[in-house]
Amino acid sequence: MAAAEIPHDEQAFLEYVQSGGQVETTDWMPDEYRRLLIKFIEMHGNSELMGVLPEREWILRAPTLQRKLALTAKVQDEVGHSQLIYRVVEDLGKPREQCLADLVDGKAKFHNVFHYPTKTWGDVGVIAWLVDAAAIISQKALLKCSYAPYARIMKKICWEESFHILHGRDVILAMVTGTPEQFELVQEALNRWWPPLMQFHGNPIPKDEDPMYQWRIKSQGNGEARQQFLDGYVPQIWELGLTVPDPKLRKRDDGEWEFSEPDWDELKQVVTGHGPKTEERLALRRHFLEQEQWVRDVVLAA
Amino acid sequence: MNEQALLGIADDELIIGWRDSEWTGIAPMLEEDVAFSSIAQNEIGHARAVYSLLSGDADALAFDRDPEEYRSAPLVELHLLEWAHTIARRWLYEVADEVRLTALKDDPDAAVSGLAAKIDREEAYHRMHAEMWHDRLRDEPRFRAAVEDLWPYALGVLPAELRGELVERVGLAEVDAIERGTHTDELVPLWEEMTVVRRSAPAGAQW
Amino acid sequence: MIYEVFRQERRGQPFEHAGSVEAPDADFAEAWAREQYGRRGESVALWLVPRDAIRDVEDWADEFDLKYRRVDGYSIKARLKEARERAGTAGDR
Repeated sequence: MAAAEIPHDEQAFLEYVQSGGQVETTDWMPDEYRRLLIKFIEMHGNSELMGVLPEREWILRAPTLQRKLALTAKVQDEVGHSQLIYRVVEDLGKPREQCLADLVDGKAKFHNVFHYPTKTWGDVGVIAWLVDAAAIISQKALLKCSYAPYARIMKKICWEESFHILHGRDVILAMVTGTPEQFELVQEALNRWWPPLMQFHGNPIPKDEDPMYQWRIKSQGNGEARQQFLDGYVPQIWELGLTVPDPKLRKRDDGEWEFSEPDWDELKQVVTGHGPKTEERLALRRHFLEQEQWVRDVVLAA
Repeated sequence: MNEQALLGIADDELIIGWRDSEWTGIAPMLEEDVAFSSIAQNEIGHARAVYSLLSGDADALAFDRDPEEYRSAPLVELHLLEWAHTIARRWLYEVADEVRLTALKDDPDAAVSGLAAKIDREEAYHRMHAEMWHDRLRDEPRFRAAVEDLWPYALGVLPAELRGELVERVGLAEVDAIERGTHTDELVPLWEEMTVVRRSAPAGAQW
Repeated sequence: MIYEVFRQERRGQPFEHAGSVEAPDADFAEAWAREQYGRRGESVALWLVPRDAIRDVEDWADEFDLKYRRVDGYSIKARLKEARERAGTAGDR
């Protein structure tokens, strides 16, 4: 059954998406579906854009030409992703300027990891390797999103992200096989990034209680995503002789990873705008948005 | 091979690439952010290629000299984190660079002329981009003022014998150039930030 | 203005819809689409089309059984079996 033929009825629509049905921009959709979709996708766009800020300072400090090029290309991809994502949001009904205005006014959310400071070149490696890895797990699940325009851009996003992780791992490998001080930089960065990484996929709501899953906007539960992350990346961390700062972390015989319960209060605090770097980064964004308003006025006018 | 001249070109590309990469994430519109970042990466790539012509270790040449040893023109060193000036510099620099590359494509050294031709082909996009912005902003007072501000610096990018060509293309009367050879105050802070991670490990450390 | 971007991955392949850019004119759209959809050499060509120029076509009437003109309108198994039995070639399978 094509979406064009579905009656304008929430229950029928729900059954349609739950049986794998795809929705296009011009199709009828329940208001609630549209609202949740915009909120979710907008947060993704905001995250890609805010994710640029912790990393861009290190572009300027990259210690070799190769690393400078790779990091610039990685961050460029994040900006490109935000462009793709905001276009999808705009076609759903919320203009980009409104999204950006809400972002800098602190009215919209972005992922926890981008509220934290970066302190050393070790962070550059850890972010590209592990934060991007955590993100790509969610992004691969979004390839099956019921809203087709979003699923389609996820394909390009996932393809571009694959080099980010490789680049991150290469940065880490150079340091862990370098001087003892460089090894320590990595370990220290990992110690700081581990708690936000464990919070990244969100608190473990059961799938049937998660409206995002009900509408098949997300196709994977939060706990499932976290398990996938641990399964894929803890062995990679351990094999380098690095330690994970969680004494409870272990893989059970049944394949499930056990870990210390992440601090869900901290996560809530941070994503509602109270992270260590939230204010400063939003202020930077606001500053440039305002400073360059004249450019948009001249270029995009008529 | 005029090594000093080539070092000047490489340093110009490195420093302007470094300046342009500062816009990653904060350009006026997202589409421009992506395009501008490609231009910055190309410039770094050009710097690397020219350094490689001069030395077996491009990174050492790029990062391990003291600030006074760089041969960059003052134009590229200026900290211009404001769009009118940034795009004015882009446009002026591209025009000057085209004049310079045209001459270099006739260099008797095949390695140099070959590299100049390669760079020139990649620059086609940069020129298209700069012209596009110039056309759009030519009547905008902010932009015209920025071009006039930077004009003496732009002249300093080229050796005296090539400035006539630049004057003709830009359409401004020739003025006293701010010459290559002395650095602006901005170079040292730039160099310090650019090399802070690299200097934190012993020479030859891998990254 | 929104420009839809179609990209061709390799020569000879179809142009596929890749996304869209907001730009004031075709020159800006080109400058921006070139990098957004081609910086990794992932496209050999692009078509940029103002969204307004695109006509959306979505539904067809399918009231009468017109399967005669589609492959799924033909079921030849039963008759084929009968023909083979008659020709004595059924056992050769």
